[in-house]
Amino acid sequence: MVMTTHEEKMRTVRFRVAATPHIVVNSEVCRDSGCSLRACVYVCPANLFVPLDDGGILFNYEQCFECGTCYIACNQEGAIRWSYPDGGYGVTFRES
Amino acid sequence: MNAPAVRESFDVIVVGAGPAGSTAALLCARAGLQVLLLERGEYPGAKNVSGAAFYGSAILNELIPNWWEQAPVERYICRRDIAFMSSTTSVALDFHCAGEGYTTPPYNGFIVLRPRFDRWLAAQAEAAGAFLLTSTVVDDVLRDAKGRVAGVRVRREQGDIHGKVVIACDGVNSFLAKKVGLQREFHAHELSLGVKEVLGLDPAIIEDRFRLSGDEGIAYEYLGAITEDVHGGAFLYTNRDSLSLGVIGQVSSLVERRKRPYELLERFKAHPAVAPLVRGAKLREYSAHLIPESGWTMKPTLYTDGMLVAGDAAGFCLAAGLYLEGMNYAMQSGLAAAETAIDACRQNRFSARALGAYQKNLKRRNVSTDFRAYRHAPAFVNSARLQNLYPEVVASGMEQLFRVDGNPKRKILPLARHLMRQYQLKPGEMLRDGYQMMRAYLW
Repeated sequence: MVMTTHEEKMRTVRFRVAATPHIVVNSEVCRDSGCSLRACVYVCPANLFVPLDDGGILFNYEQCFECGTCYIACNQEGAIRWSYPDGGYGVTFRES
Repeated sequence: MNAPAVRESFDVIVVGAGPAGSTAALLCARAGLQVLLLERGEYPGAKNVSGAAFYGSAILNELIPNWWEQAPVERYICRRDIAFMSSTTSVALDFHCAGEGYTTPPYNGFIVLRPRFDRWLAAQAEAAGAFLLTSTVVDDVLRDAKGRVAGVRVRREQGDIHGKVVIACDGVNSFLAKKVGLQREFHAHELSLGVKEVLGLDPAIIEDRFRLSGDEGIAYEYLGAITEDVHGGAFLYTNRDSLSLGVIGQVSSLVERRKRPYELLERFKAHPAVAPLVRGAKLREYSAHLIPESGWTMKPTLYTDGMLVAGDAAGFCLAAGLYLEGMNYAMQSGLAAAETAIDACRQNRFSARALGAYQKNLKRRNVSTDFRAYRHAPAFVNSARLQNLYPEVVASGMEQLFRVDGNPKRKILPLARHLMRQYQLKPGEMLRDGYQMMRAYLW
């Protein structure tokens, strides 16, 4: 199949999920700053940022590509804290 | 995780086993230095994504003669196709060369898949005597009493490892270069996000469909409406039994237009000029990576006491429209860094002043010369009119030029005047863009 949904795409990627998150979103910053841009929601290639009704952001690190786009796109100081997952964990590309 | 026994001190510590790091490690090991090559992935290449068109065959051939005979390569590139797109139309420059060096050794370029290629290249560094340690994240550098970089701290128990020189090849997000203060934080307009798919397809179908024989391959690059109004482009490369295709979008422009990159990828595959090329192919893997597209303007300070920066970490990715090259510059800068480190070890001098020879070596390896020559090209390629207006004008112009509908034919000049009215092109702006283009490419 050439055309695929995002879920189908993500099913082709292998992740070794670490016990602790390597990216932490401080939802309070998103809420308190009244961020309406919500760049993270659009740019994340893994679609991991879920906007909440209260203005916060729900984030799940488990299927992260570790690309850094969210951190670059976010214009709220301190909203996204990120590092790399522990060695050997996280995304493992086989074909790309 | 149980750490294998690592000696506490090395001559050179290379962070990141991509093309820059493995090349640097290979050369240093051959010079007889004690080399540690660190990689955070489960294996080298596990975290790495590019198109991947690799135009550095001759450079690698210097290190490993006839390397393509043993390396996992997909196809050599003897055809390139650069297309301007509107939503319905494509106008392309089709380049095919069967001449020497394109279809004969050392070949001008190869299409590769990074998890396989990078793994092979790191194995060559290992074979030369470098010590490869995978699944290991570097969190910081160590500093001596005088504040000079003197090793790295890895995220393991007893993770302090001393080294006379640290070469940071830790990629576009280089935490190391930032930690040491050599690199600043990036702006969203300086980086582009690439999303990619590898689609499986029978080799016989690939050869028929793309008019290729044997190991020949083609690289397609697209500009224009293929990314809607997002600044960027798209690519499609033929592998042995799969296609690599992807969309690249400037991060700031993805944000402004509120576009999801994977939706652009679907639009790309559905474009009338692209759909027949990918028909019947089956998704094998989806991936994403950032690209340091601004080149020269995002170059960090390249060295300090005890440390050098190379590859994507140094912004050595030439995204100049005509050229879309990173792996070759990664290797060339890796070589230049290695040459600098080898000399430093011979003279036992590791100050910033001693490592300043890196500048000269980068020039000799044609890295800084190329980036300097094309320093105006990335901004020109990502400018609004070139991205969203001119491809549309070219496509529409060709549509009108070729259309036969019973009306009198327009010659080029009246057609150009008509197009200028149709798209409200301003002569002043066009002159300015023309000058920008010439400054980017002509002199």
